[in-house]
Amino acid sequence: MTKAPNAEFEADCIRRILAGEHQLFHELIRPCERAIYFLLLSILHNEADAEDAAQETAIKVFRNLQLFRGESQFKTWVLSIARNEGLGRLRKSDRLREDSLEALTDESSGDFTPAVLTSWREIPAEALEKKELAGLLREAIEGLPGIYRNAVMLRDIEEMDVNETAAALGITEGSVKVRLHRARALLQRKLAHKLKSFAPKRGLFGRGR
Amino acid sequence: MRIDCEHVWEHISAYIDGDVDAALRADINKHLETCEICSAVLDSTRNVVVLVADGRVFELPAGFSDRLHKRLEPVLQSSET
Repeated sequence: MTKAPNAEFEADCIRRILAGEHQLFHELIRPCERAIYFLLLSILHNEADAEDAAQETAIKVFRNLQLFRGESQFKTWVLSIARNEGLGRLRKSDRLREDSLEALTDESSGDFTPAVLTSWREIPAEALEKKELAGLLREAIEGLPGIYRNAVMLRDIEEMDVNETAAALGITEGSVKVRLHRARALLQRKLAHKLKSFAPKRGLFGRGR
Repeated sequence: MRIDCEHVWEHISAYIDGDVDAALRADINKHLETCEICSAVLDSTRNVVVLVADGRVFELPAGFSDRLHKRLEPVLQSSET
């Protein structure tokens, strides 16, 4: 979960770091760590690369801190640095593949119709105690085309708003919505039938519908 | 206005985010009252969105934060001089 951004704390921290209290940078970057890592994981598709790129991002943020103008949220600015770091690595390693971030556009056609069901029994969050369920969800997200994976990572997993997501990804709010819609439709189609078995059994007190 | 299933599917994500205007929301709600397919599609999509947001699905690798701050430390120190 992301913490509510605290602009005042950030602004104060940044002022003091720039004035020489460098150790404070640890506290400034901490609330952004998770989002940095998962954005990079969604770009690079590899845990070790994402971790290394996350460290490099944090260093770049520190070294360029004087360039932060406070026009966007700090986290948004940090994530745009992370995104550039990730894309730079992809280009260098020549891993821009067919399903990569650049290959798809919002105009790409595709089949985004959902899996058709006639009923759905709610799977409660407690079902995630089963590693298998978390694994299925992860796999489905990792299998999404890059531009949709990014959108779902920031919006649904890091719970950033449309505006912040658009700024971090360097796209319009309209594109965020299109990509998120497609990502969710693809996830529903991929997962709906597989997830059914995780619904709680109808008990005597049947809460099922 | 009567709307069909495909029209509802087009707006499901926005509907979940509360990002459709009142008139469209009313049309979708009306459709959902009688269409069990769209109700199930909406419920399952919403359920997937809630589940993926759970911190247990994507966890940071163990020790990630410690390693990050350890790597930062010499950078913070060296620029102090």
